Amino acid sequence: MTTLPQSDIAIRVLRAGPLALLQDRGRFGVRHLGVTQGGPADLYSWAWANRLAGNPWGSASLEITFGGLQLVAERDLDIAIAGADLGATLEGHPVPLWQRVRWSEGQKLTFGTPVSGLRAYLSVHGGFAAPPAMGSVACVAREQLGGFDGYGRKLADDDRLSTFKPGITAAPGITPAPPHARPDFREPPQLDLLPGAQIAEFTGRSLFDAFNTWWRVDDRADRMGVRLTGPKLQCRIRSLISEGINLGGVQVPPDGQPIVLLNDRQTIGGYPRLGALSPLAASRLAQCLPGQEVRLLARSSEAVLREYRAFLAGFKG
Amino acid sequence: MNTGSVTTLPRLESAGLDGWMVRLFDSIEETNLPWITALLQRCESAFGTAVVDLVPSYTTLLVVFDPVQLSPLEAQQKITSLLTDLTPEGSSGTSQIHELPTFYHASVGPDLERVAEHTGLSVAEVIACHSQKTYRVFALGFAPGFAFMGLTAPELECPRLDTPRKKVPVGSVAIAARQTAAYPTATPGGWNLLGRTSARLFDREREGFSLLNVGDQVRFVPASREAFERSGGDITPMEACQ
Repeated sequence: MTTLPQSDIAIRVLRAGPLALLQDRGRFGVRHLGVTQGGPADLYSWAWANRLAGNPWGSASLEITFGGLQLVAERDLDIAIAGADLGATLEGHPVPLWQRVRWSEGQKLTFGTPVSGLRAYLSVHGGFAAPPAMGSVACVAREQLGGFDGYGRKLADDDRLSTFKPGITAAPGITPAPPHARPDFREPPQLDLLPGAQIAEFTGRSLFDAFNTWWRVDDRADRMGVRLTGPKLQCRIRSLISEGINLGGVQVPPDGQPIVLLNDRQTIGGYPRLGALSPLAASRLAQCLPGQEVRLLARSSEAVLREYRAFLAGFKG
Repeated sequence: MNTGSVTTLPRLESAGLDGWMVRLFDSIEETNLPWITALLQRCESAFGTAVVDLVPSYTTLLVVFDPVQLSPLEAQQKITSLLTDLTPEGSSGTSQIHELPTFYHASVGPDLERVAEHTGLSVAEVIACHSQKTYRVFALGFAPGFAFMGLTAPELECPRLDTPRKKVPVGSVAIAARQTAAYPTATPGGWNLLGRTSARLFDREREGFSLLNVGDQVRFVPASREAFERSGGDITPMEACQ
């Protein structure tokens, strides 16, 4: 057992809002037990929030969905917020996103409603502290795993949140994310899809439709999966014997409307799939609000792998 | 790339940037398991630190790897070479036989009557039929530690409930179609409940976490109310568990 750095109460929850979850990278090596992956639905923004807060890869951040959260600092903190613009204010003043911010003791940090995107990541220098469950603090309510209590509870009013005390102040050289690194979540995205699985079993017409349609993000969308509505896709196979499903898998149930499977998906399932979104495309989809439109773009694994490795190298060093 | 409709097995299908689906069989058979667990073990040692997750199921093994260490093509070549001289895991392998003490009784198995009616067997025959067979674990999923097992005897085949229960108590032993399972945690569920086991199926503090693993063999052993309670079983009747 390694000794954990000292942790301390740093933040009090005044109003929990609809959904705020603690997320580190997620649970791995346990999916064969039926335990889901968890972790940030938008890996990209989560990675930026941690970097800007001066935290190493894998540190736990708060994933704030829709907004509505109000927190008060119980000591001076260095933080960064990346991802969605949820109208966050510090004592009534807009908080700049994608950069380091000082949050002083007693100040209230308030998230409003989505301006752009759906999920914001709040990282605190030092990282949030919580008891790991099966190797991770990623909060999955359905499985009663992770979160600040270790048993999958989302944030509630009056919760007090601990952070690790940073050993040293963060390196002074951390600069804000450059403009080109900040996605405009209002733009309709093109989502990279690696064809695979049962794609050959879809009709020619359906394959044309799949990649030449503006798909609409349905309101049946959560951390398990996002349903897309559009033309009905037809597959010669209606269901399969259940098998493992990877992140970003695009499954098509008999109603012909695809569901993209995200971090909290069930570990096995039995619907035919077109393939899987790239990890960064799954991240991007997780920022889409219901009603937004997306395109699926078939890509080769070589090009997508290059981009993903470049992303990881930039953050993991 | 093997994304087409190839009829030969085993075959590899892309499962994204960091995954391959190895399809070994096309139907559910207990004899599939020693092959799937053998491949799983070979992947574990051949991939080393590049393995992220290995998810076995009825007819497949999903291999998830670290795309920094391996490209999809390199992973595909590795798996293909592991398949060339694959032999099924012998009976001396790691597969275990578990005996799950089970209290079969209407108070904790509210669907015993329904199953008897559907199958034309008596309740005693349903219990005997369910407890006499040794099952294989085909897959874990639905919830942490939830093991899909089979196959049950054909005469015990019984469809799911039309309306799933909102909450099935921990340990409930159930059947649906030709499969059986025991609920590791209280979850919603639509399977027919026959009784309850005192075995602790999932424990986040235990080494390995899940009592049952894919490929394991399982027997449900009828236990009296006293023996069930003595081994830590919860006799709270179904109605009080809602």
